[in-house]
Amino acid sequence: MKLKKNIPLIDQHDKFGFWGGKFGGSFIPETLKKPVEDLTKEFQRLRKNKKFIKKRDYYFKNYIGSPTSFVKLENLSNHLGGAQIWAKIVSEANGGAHKIYNATVHALICKAMGKKYIVGDTGAGYAGKMLSMAAKKFGLKCKIFMGAKDIKRQKPNCDAMRKNGAEIVPVYSGSQTLVDAVSECMRYWVSNCDNTHMCVGSTVGPNIFVKICGWSTTQISRELKKQLMKEFKRIPKKIKLINCVGGGSSAYGFWSEFIDYNKKQVELIGVEAGGPQRSKLHAAPLSKNAKIGILHGAASYVCQNNEGQIHETESISAGLDYPGVSPIHCFLKDTKRARYTYANDEAALNAYKLVTKFEKINPSLEPSHAFAEAIRIAPKFSKDTIIIVNSCGDAKKDRDILKERLGKN
Amino acid sequence: MENSLISQSFKNAKKEKRPALLTYIVAGDNSKKKSLEILKSISNYADICELGFPHNTPIADGGQIQTSAYRAIKNGIKINDIFSIVNKFKKFKKNKPIILMGYYNMIYQYNEDKFIAKCKNSKVDGLIVVDLPHPENKSFAIKCKKSGINFIQLISPTTSKLRLKKIISDSHDMIYYISMLSTTGGKLKVSSKKIIAEYRKIKNHNKTKNVVIGFGITEKTIKSLKKADGLVVGSAICKEITRSIKRRQNVVTNVTNIVKRLKNKII
Ligand SMILES: Cc1ncc(COP(=O)(O)O)c(C=O)c1O
Repeated sequence: MKLKKNIPLIDQHDKFGFWGGKFGGSFIPETLKKPVEDLTKEFQRLRKNKKFIKKRDYYFKNYIGSPTSFVKLENLSNHLGGAQIWAKIVSEANGGAHKIYNATVHALICKAMGKKYIVGDTGAGYAGKMLSMAAKKFGLKCKIFMGAKDIKRQKPNCDAMRKNGAEIVPVYSGSQTLVDAVSECMRYWVSNCDNTHMCVGSTVGPNIFVKICGWSTTQISRELKKQLMKEFKRIPKKIKLINCVGGGSSAYGFWSEFIDYNKKQVELIGVEAGGPQRSKLHAAPLSKNAKIGILHGAASYVCQNNEGQIHETESISAGLDYPGVSPIHCFLKDTKRARYTYANDEAALNAYKLVTKFEKINPSLEPSHAFAEAIRIAPKFSKDTIIIVNSCGDAKKDRDILKERLGKN
Repeated sequence: MENSLISQSFKNAKKEKRPALLTYIVAGDNSKKKSLEILKSISNYADICELGFPHNTPIADGGQIQTSAYRAIKNGIKINDIFSIVNKFKKFKKNKPIILMGYYNMIYQYNEDKFIAKCKNSKVDGLIVVDLPHPENKSFAIKCKKSGINFIQLISPTTSKLRLKKIISDSHDMIYYISMLSTTGGKLKVSSKKIIAEYRKIKNHNKTKNVVIGFGITEKTIKSLKKADGLVVGSAICKEITRSIKRRQNVVTNVTNIVKRLKNKII
């Protein structure tokens, strides 16, 4: 299994859609073959179409607001006394998280395909909120599938979705979290694929959804590369790009332009959700060595039992609370290009506390997992090591959880 | 595989000038023992029995079958139990075809070759794998055939002409036509006339293939589709199991009565 150079990772799959011969694919019911094929053709056409690229760039700039800033966390770095810690504040993007890139692109594709309805899944509520925003902007009718547990714990984002005119469909099956929301969304698409477009909220699902999402979030590293050149005049000799991994869309977007670099120069570190310290449950298929399985139409490392039943997961972060992970991250793991680890709930909360104590940023619980790893390793290095964290979400949505756990408002 | 039990069942039904009746229940719903009893009892009326191997993340099943699957998993059903149900059933009725139906991850975890070998040993006649479409299923289908097991291809209203041809040519004794865009258990939202017209298109490609129609078939709708080679009823049966459990009534009797009534509507 080997990575190729000069080819975007999203395109390094075989004719059946597998990365490294075994991750990804399209394990879908017959009914979805045609809509998936249509979408694949349309995306292939659009990504080569100059007008479409222009349109994308226009909305990325004027609607999403790019570039998002790249800042040094001076106080945190000084406090930890090791590597320099920097952050890309992707949460400045319209709506408050990176999910807006994928949502905007899907809305544009939906329009291009002449469909009037768009549906999507959400965990933390950001994917849903952004899809509802994009749907409103482009005049599409929008339905969001969300686990009942997540509806309760991410209320601010639900309020936003409703305000944007989207219908939230609560999902009561299974663990009532993201995994069930994605299943229900796919079922809805099976029944309505003739007039409805489906957006998958991360780099998961059948091959084409991994590609579209990765193609969209790549914007993050395109910006970062320029910002690094501006700040350091070159790509520094020792960089560590730390990102939380749920499905893996923000991590892929943050890393994609740097995958071809030697890993001694640019190390890629993905941080999964380790769950509560005292619980056996987690959402860390890569770093806790789950077996390969098929979930939501793709083969990836999946938290499951040896019969192939998908395990329940547990995490304080709704956005990371998912038993599977992107096939492209499985590929990056097996080729050893990226390193994956996990942070538990308590570490993420402590990281949140420390970061917000020293810096004027407000990362949500998902990137707080990435910060936890940054804080852990920073003291081990010296100033010439540049640690960059993708602060990909804003903590407004976590207001209730943070208040309960930290007594903060 | 022309002399397979599956082919034979269609021939028998044809002799009686009626479609074959295919029933679907979930293995282990609501217990191992009970589902074997149900199977034994309904096999007096059903021509082919489908047995679902329950998965907890079924992306193509509606509420009724999900409920049955969750119930079976909660009651501890394991894949080997399912094979033992089939084994016991076949000792009771060796000529009644059994088709296992489920999602690919369970086969993948069990190991494809081991799974097929187990199927062969327990005399499973056919396999339906919901999320292993053509052409990805080619090698698996060939392995099945080598072991004398029918791999059953699915066709849906969205299947293109070109695909249709290829799927039919790679199919074995039986093809499953999904009546409409829906998960299992949806309400029949397409007219029977239209469904039969689509069904004919498949038959016209190759008259020797047995084509069954499934999804949305209930006591109300079954009669209108009786021109087909076979008709599959699943969710309506699973629903009855749920209802009977809730009312503390005899599940076996109630389910058998439904199947009896379904059969009466097509003879
Ligand atoms: C702010 C934020 N970060 C991260 C994630 C995890 O998803 P991904 O790994 O695709 O970026 C989510 C998902 O909801 C999120 O809202």
